[in-house]
Amino acid sequence: MVYRIEVGFKDGIKDVLGEKTGKKIIEQLGIDVEKVRTVEVYTIDGNIAEEDLRKIAAGPLSDPVMQRYAINRSLADDFTWLIEVGFKPGVTDNVGKTASEAIGLFLGNNLKGGVSVYTSRQYVIRGKISKEDAEQIASGLLANELIQHYMIIDGREWNPSEGIQPYVPRVIIEDDAKTETINLNVSDEKLQEISNDRVLALTVEEMKVIRDYLTDESVLNERVKVNLDEKITDVELEALAQTWSEHCKHKIFNSIINYENEKGEKTVVDSLFNSYIKASTREIRESLGTDDWCLSVFVDNAGIIKFNNDYNLVFKVETHNSPSALDPYGGALTGIVGVNRDPFGTGKGSKLIFNTDVFCFASPFYSKPLPKRILHPRRIYEGVREGVEHGGNKSGIPTVNGCIVFDERYLGKPLVYCGTGGIMPARILGEFTHTKEIIPGDAIIMTGGRIGKDGIHGATFSSEELHEGSPVTAVQIGDPITQKKMTDFLLIARDRGLYRTITDNGAGGLSSSIGEMATLSGGCEFDLSKAPLKYAGLKPWEILISEAQERMSLAVDPEKVGEFLSLAGKMDVEATVLGTFTDSGKFHVLYGDRTVACLDMDFLHEGLPRMRLNAKWIPPRHEEPDFPEPEDMGLALKEMLSRLNICSKESVVRQYDHEVQGGSVIKPLVGATNDGPSDAAVIRPILESFEGVVIANGICPRYSDIDTYHMAACAVDEAVRNTVAVGGSLERMAGIDNFCWCDPVESEKTPDGQYKLAQLVRANQALYDYTKIYGVPCISGKDSMKNDYIIGDTKISIPPTLLFSTMGKMEDVRKAVTMDAKKAGDMVYVLGETYNELGGSEWFALNGYIGNNVPKVHALKAKKLYDALSKAIKKGLVASCHDCSDGGLGIALAETAFSGGFGITADLSLVPAKGIERNDYLLFSESQSRFVVTISPKSKDEFEEIMEGSIIRKVGSVTPGDTFTIIGIHGNIIVEENIDELKRVWQKPLNF
Amino acid sequence: MIKKVKSIVITGNGTNCEMEMAHACRLAGSDEVDIVHISELLYGEKRLDAYHFLNLPGGFLDGDDLGGAKAAANRIIHAKVRNSGEKLHEQLVRFINAGKLILGVCNGFQLMVKLGLLPAFAGDYTTRNITLTFNDSGKFEDRWVHLKVNSNSPCVFTKGINGMYLPVRHGEGKIVLESESVLEKLQKNNQIVVQYSREDCKEAVMDYPQNPNGSVDAIAGICNETGRIFGLMPHPEAYLHYTNHPRWTRESLPEDGVGLFIFKNAINFIREEG
Repeated sequence: MVYRIEVGFKDGIKDVLGEKTGKKIIEQLGIDVEKVRTVEVYTIDGNIAEEDLRKIAAGPLSDPVMQRYAINRSLADDFTWLIEVGFKPGVTDNVGKTASEAIGLFLGNNLKGGVSVYTSRQYVIRGKISKEDAEQIASGLLANELIQHYMIIDGREWNPSEGIQPYVPRVIIEDDAKTETINLNVSDEKLQEISNDRVLALTVEEMKVIRDYLTDESVLNERVKVNLDEKITDVELEALAQTWSEHCKHKIFNSIINYENEKGEKTVVDSLFNSYIKASTREIRESLGTDDWCLSVFVDNAGIIKFNNDYNLVFKVETHNSPSALDPYGGALTGIVGVNRDPFGTGKGSKLIFNTDVFCFASPFYSKPLPKRILHPRRIYEGVREGVEHGGNKSGIPTVNGCIVFDERYLGKPLVYCGTGGIMPARILGEFTHTKEIIPGDAIIMTGGRIGKDGIHGATFSSEELHEGSPVTAVQIGDPITQKKMTDFLLIARDRGLYRTITDNGAGGLSSSIGEMATLSGGCEFDLSKAPLKYAGLKPWEILISEAQERMSLAVDPEKVGEFLSLAGKMDVEATVLGTFTDSGKFHVLYGDRTVACLDMDFLHEGLPRMRLNAKWIPPRHEEPDFPEPEDMGLALKEMLSRLNICSKESVVRQYDHEVQGGSVIKPLVGATNDGPSDAAVIRPILESFEGVVIANGICPRYSDIDTYHMAACAVDEAVRNTVAVGGSLERMAGIDNFCWCDPVESEKTPDGQYKLAQLVRANQALYDYTKIYGVPCISGKDSMKNDYIIGDTKISIPPTLLFSTMGKMEDVRKAVTMDAKKAGDMVYVLGETYNELGGSEWFALNGYIGNNVPKVHALKAKKLYDALSKAIKKGLVASCHDCSDGGLGIALAETAFSGGFGITADLSLVPAKGIERNDYLLFSESQSRFVVTISPKSKDEFEEIMEGSIIRKVGSVTPGDTFTIIGIHGNIIVEENIDELKRVWQKPLNF
Repeated sequence: MIKKVKSIVITGNGTNCEMEMAHACRLAGSDEVDIVHISELLYGEKRLDAYHFLNLPGGFLDGDDLGGAKAAANRIIHAKVRNSGEKLHEQLVRFINAGKLILGVCNGFQLMVKLGLLPAFAGDYTTRNITLTFNDSGKFEDRWVHLKVNSNSPCVFTKGINGMYLPVRHGEGKIVLESESVLEKLQKNNQIVVQYSREDCKEAVMDYPQNPNGSVDAIAGICNETGRIFGLMPHPEAYLHYTNHPRWTRESLPEDGVGLFIFKNAINFIREEG
């Protein structure tokens, strides 16, 4: 039987969601609605007595104080349109799952198998709204048709006595455990067709390598023994496609590149990853010698460094761009809970202590027609924000740092960077925790969620541009509570020594997790038919590569399997033995007793031929700006403060819990009224100690339009100086590089591939140069190389974007400082020199130019400044410190003033500068490695002594009033503004 | 002999704030503090009877999928403790009837309300007459709020505290009452312990954002009639040390955060009662 229980609010109870939805319809769609009410609908599929049904409705499903319910009839009346939105079959329905469990408990018997609950929500709408408008509300705001189903009911045709027929999104797939074999002895065209049809993202060359492997006589002899032949099974082909995908194998970063610079000089780069990223880290570690604090770099799911003698820190940042483009909420949610599993599955596993998130979007106020399959940036913005909110908050991990970057090209693909840090004891039961080991004979166990069709082809799909046929199965919704229950369980299992090794199931699913773990023992043998499924009917290859969330894979000593499984059972977490790690040299997969894949481990992991690519750097030349210095500099400052890249992001920040776990020290919002923009976060992961962790990030994609070398240098510098600004130091700071590029491989689709690849080479060169000088080694990273949109004649490529995230140690968090001016009478200093570097700046962008003078980082000078400033802050000499970034000095000064609730008077003629003759250029140049610092007059001498050797100058003072005053180069007052007004314009744009 | 105070902090199924809540109990002088997973209670490995002070921390029990802590309340009411024939709820009622202390914060407060532990007029710990629902803003928000403390309240946790400044971090913190008479009773019994207020911690406030959720009568937390069961939306365990304060870099503050005094009052009360 199928029953519908509807739950709505009693009269007089405010329907917050209904009101919020009504507001969105008016603001975002421009449709005038009178009223929106919501009704929650539970569609129950099972057999329940009528009396019980009533109890369920009154009990767990509704709140007696504020809600009313109806069974098999409708609560809605008096409406123009009714829109009901539910999930499509197979889409994760967290509320439905919880409801089904609650009903089981309530009825006193376990109904898990017997009763399925599907949830949907009704929007009961009143107003003068046409059918087209109703359609637009449903598809443009309330439902994402990739994952949701909706129905629209016309109020005029509504028959309350008939009600609404239940819609049951049951997954009905015929049980089909068949394995196909595919003949690769075919033409090149046919090979390409096979790759395209199956979303394998393999090239013809790669397909040929597979064909040659299969026809090798020794390989064939081995295959015959397990009843395979020279044809490849679909399971094998899919496993290879996942393992060899750009997403998993980083083919471009490991390719051999012929690079030609602007002078025509040619060099061969034998792997960007080895030559630049790993090289810098290796050299830094060598120079640290016995003081090397890196423990595990580039080999595990996340990097590990030493925090102190007893604890290690773990950090990883991921991207989840492609899924977020199709379903912003689900994509971002799985982005955050996905990256959580990286540090969780690193070494022996770590407890998660912070999240970071950085988003790149097109303007939410975008008003031009949207290309096909692209969601409006406002919808992306809100969906992503909400996905990270639910993923982070529900997991109990504070979101401590992040930023949002806007550029119209992110319309093609939004970027969603999610990072997570963890902490682990350095030793557990006497053994180091930062390494991994598997002994042949260890059991292969999967634990956590079940496997469904969700997330199939995520790895290969994200290795392509967004196109017409991008698979909808790649979209999925995360379930933070299932994951939380699993991590609670696994941390206890870890501390009791119940498993040997752990890794997460992310891209490529079991194929990648078990495939990679098996390299530690030298092989594996497991049975896909044992894997727990969400619903019947998955083919073996689907089980193998499904990216269904919330799962970890483990290697467990056979003697401890029993204890491991019983602890899992007690804590209500599913865990299943799938097979055994071996030393056979084979990746051997069965379905029941039938072999469905048997590949040599060497071939699976090392068989991929390296790409050879060409890169040629021709520096672009942009028009030099030609606009006069503005007459009203106050107005210019206000226009700058309200730029999307500069304005306050408070509304987003507040919706993330940044204080859970109790160790919050420097919050994202600081100052006199808790609303100033903090430069970096400081947390105390161990509540008994004052040792802290500083988390910061740097990202400056606008500079890529001029030169990605300097873009990357500036990103590194920004993260480092943000860290220094709050009191961190270069002593123990680790970096994570996240490259998001547009396809840099020359092809018909990408005729400018050589230029884009040269941009990538240059960014890597800078990453090497600057991480090395600063002594900030990358410990892990990630690249996402296909951030393009191609449908029809429209191609949108994102600007090359590097996010550099850092995690540093702070000895004593009580020495931290914030960016807000503290006291009238304090002296205002500018640290670092300002140059005519407005290329790619916000000021030029505001005036419609890019320019050419991109900011350059003078790392040796900067390092000296940073070391001295760290020392001054440690000595307690600095009252406030704010870095100069987007919008330069003018913005940093204004933010320092209004966040502190004081005025500032500053004289531009005193600012250390070279080659600038315009007030606007001095105010808004984005030269790097600069700070605005305020100090108490009594600290002046000691401060200047410590800073000696660096360029610093006192430029003004903090004033008791509320006036922000800038004296221009020629001695006249050019800005005189009220700080409350400055703050208001800065807060307004994204205040929704 | 001085009594040894034993505190239990319950976790599992989406609870998030157990570490800092346990830390608060320790700092406040509790001799023993155990973080106990709900499954340990349901398997009978741990029993509430062994403790004096029950802490229900913040989080998202079962994802708050059916409304804040709703599914968890359903579990506690209906789930049986293995091999004992006893329901967990019976242990809980026994704990209350023994006059022991319970503190619920945020999701823990929601759980108490959804169980009927609060306001529990006339000692009825099952009847529901208040609820907590979505903030008027329609948003989850993390922001610090000022709280007026009712000095006439029987609440043992707030004795001697004049006002508080603590963070709220919730999407469902708005108190809704079944009827006007519920408010009258709450007021008459001085069960309204803390209210959102202006900066002076004296004047209760209905305006957003000082009142972050639109709670009726600016209610932020209530206790039962004996004052031994206390639930509130703001997080005292999030302000134990001055570095937790959002403006510690610009204000001169005492070493201990005001949140710690809630826990100290609890532990001292238990110790003194003997």
